[in-house]
Amino acid sequence: MKIMVAIKRVIDYAVKIRVKPDKSGVETNNVKMSMNPFCEIALEEALRIKESGLASEVIAVSMGPTQVVDTIRTGLAMGADRAIHVDYPGTLYPLSVAKILKALVEIEKPGLIFLGKQAIDDDCNQTGQMIAGLLKWPQGTFASKVVLDKEKQTAVVDREVDGGLETLCLDLPAVITADLRLNQPRYATLPNIMKAKSKVIKKLTPEDLKVEIKSDIEVVKVTEPPKRKAGVLVSSVDELIDKLKNEARVV
Amino acid sequence: MEKWRAADRLLKFSSRFASAVNWNNSCKSKQGKYFYSVATTVHRNPLFSIISPDDISYFKTLLGERGVVQDALALDAANTDWMGKYRGSSKLLLQPKNTEEVSQILKYCNSRCLAVVPQGGNTGLVGGSVPVFDEVIINVGLMRNILSFDKVSGVLVCEAGCILENLISFLDDEGFIMPLDLGAKGSCQIGGNVSTNAGGLRLLRYGSLHGSVLGLEAVLANGTVLDMLGTLRKDNTGYDLKHLFIGSEGSLGIVTKVSILTPPKLSSVNIAFLACEDYTSCQKLLLEAKKKLGGILSAFEFLDSDAMSLVLKHLDGVRNPLPPSIHNFYILIETTGSNETFDKENLEAFLLHSVESGLVANGVLAQDINQASSFWHIREGLPEALMKAGAVYKYDLSLPLEKMYDLVEEMRVQIGPAAKVVAYGHLGDGNLHLNISAPAYDDNILAKIEPFVYEWTSKNRGSISAEHGLGLMKAAKIHYSKSPETVQVMASIKKLLDPNGILNPYKVLPSSLLSQN
Repeated sequence: MKIMVAIKRVIDYAVKIRVKPDKSGVETNNVKMSMNPFCEIALEEALRIKESGLASEVIAVSMGPTQVVDTIRTGLAMGADRAIHVDYPGTLYPLSVAKILKALVEIEKPGLIFLGKQAIDDDCNQTGQMIAGLLKWPQGTFASKVVLDKEKQTAVVDREVDGGLETLCLDLPAVITADLRLNQPRYATLPNIMKAKSKVIKKLTPEDLKVEIKSDIEVVKVTEPPKRKAGVLVSSVDELIDKLKNEARVV
Repeated sequence: MEKWRAADRLLKFSSRFASAVNWNNSCKSKQGKYFYSVATTVHRNPLFSIISPDDISYFKTLLGERGVVQDALALDAANTDWMGKYRGSSKLLLQPKNTEEVSQILKYCNSRCLAVVPQGGNTGLVGGSVPVFDEVIINVGLMRNILSFDKVSGVLVCEAGCILENLISFLDDEGFIMPLDLGAKGSCQIGGNVSTNAGGLRLLRYGSLHGSVLGLEAVLANGTVLDMLGTLRKDNTGYDLKHLFIGSEGSLGIVTKVSILTPPKLSSVNIAFLACEDYTSCQKLLLEAKKKLGGILSAFEFLDSDAMSLVLKHLDGVRNPLPPSIHNFYILIETTGSNETFDKENLEAFLLHSVESGLVANGVLAQDINQASSFWHIREGLPEALMKAGAVYKYDLSLPLEKMYDLVEEMRVQIGPAAKVVAYGHLGDGNLHLNISAPAYDDNILAKIEPFVYEWTSKNRGSISAEHGLGLMKAAKIHYSKSPETVQVMASIKKLLDPNGILNPYKVLPSSLLSQN
């Protein structure tokens, strides 16, 4: 069984984000970019499944401009067997990503698609669900534990939901999106980085896949959240009550 | 001049008096203090006055109620060093808000002959930042304003109480970084960093504070404010006095403002965590790194297998980057440059070549900032892990690179099974942090360490304190690394700038030198 993992190149999680002065978006010039943390977790899970003998191959997929190849290389250095880069210079929204993935699935025919639950730049949390819908495959989102059964061709997925944990049994092929507690991703070791240099990255375009990219969404404005005001030290209970009543208006 | 002579006569008289006290055993236990790493006892200088209620009311008038702390809990924290090894018995903590207040405090203390301890973040590791007896603690933590920042030249002017991490955050928004970085950054203050000439993790790249500090403002023992707060990169007008205060550990004056040159923040930071099988490979790797990565190399740290085991055992949220085994040596290499793709390729090529040539057994390359932080956490968390493991005897030595690990191995043989010898440090700077970790402090273990470690270092023309300073711990040990003539001149300078010896007494220089004429 092949596993396809979709990974996204985003601004590094630890970077302090700055909004562009024209409010059209976030500053990405000279800013450190890395693999989306949830995608990393998804890839790690796929690798563990392969290492346990339940899958034959892990294919990493990413979409976007040329720089995306850096992130793909990280995926290969972690242990993915090969990769596909869908070259597209602009922004791709979840529905477009899902359509492209569907086209790739029809070519590669994986038994499992792994994604991160959401990207940390747009927080959409839509792509996994959309591709499951397009393919009419079962989905287990926010996975915190995945156990495959080769004989029964099922995946038992523990999902992190508001009320606690929900356990689902999905028939394969299926779509699973990874949540934070699924695993702790491995580091890229030097021997693996060396091996990754000879791994294949196939380049395709949306045209090759006969997918038309049109967006139903337009970003109108991006603004910073309001700045937190400094706290105020009060010197007596009376002053506190006065402030709560008249300034904060909460009593 | 007259005051100096009078003080000198008093000092001469007191040294005879003090020796009389030494012979009288019944006084020893009350006056003397014994520290876990100081083999000799220290006696309170009887010349220093004792705090009186009049003194307290003066300080309260000068600083307001909030500036005068006599609360037992707060005093206990200020009296104890970060390692919990040195504990003073000061009854008074003062918190001035500006240079003028510092000046008035010192003028008063000098006239009353009250000994003082300048204190900042209290993260020092040689007992230099806490009182030995009842010295008045002058904590500059409230003086934490950033005064100015020049976005073109990168010159930052700030007060001594600014916490290093806060300065780093401030500069981050401006696109600059501090030229020094150390594990204590969350608590240490820039005044203390400058007063101790702190080294840290980036010295390899940005040099020492003697180079990056452009100016400072310091207050002398008699309250004189020395304004040397230049912001000029080049100023050859007269003797460059600020260098006296950088590294003199508060014994010549209290630093109140600092002007420091900050480097621009470069966007491409890469970090690798490598395993080597033997120390020779580590040395060769350093040489290769300097050659191949020269311009972009920003840190080169090492830790040995005992250090790694300790960290994995005692530190939270840490995992072995190269499971499952523990290798003999680990090297952390960091590069900082302006071109992400170029730097990463350069570093990768260097690392792969090192693996192929057998210098490196295995290694990992951080793929994002989180992974980079986790590698640093292993190295920066070592002091904390050592504290959690029990008692620790800490030594900070500069040694010739080829000899460095020989000391560690010989120390292991000396100590035997009684304690664990853990080694790590700034290999790129030739600085070894030798730590002996024992379940509890034990004089038998100390006897095996000292004076062996100092004599070994001295024999190999090393420094008995690479960056931690002398403080109280090594106050009597300077002769291992400096010639008697040099130390004499140091004593003269001390007597010139602080005739009553009220600034951080019992530390840095041997007290025998200061009481002679």
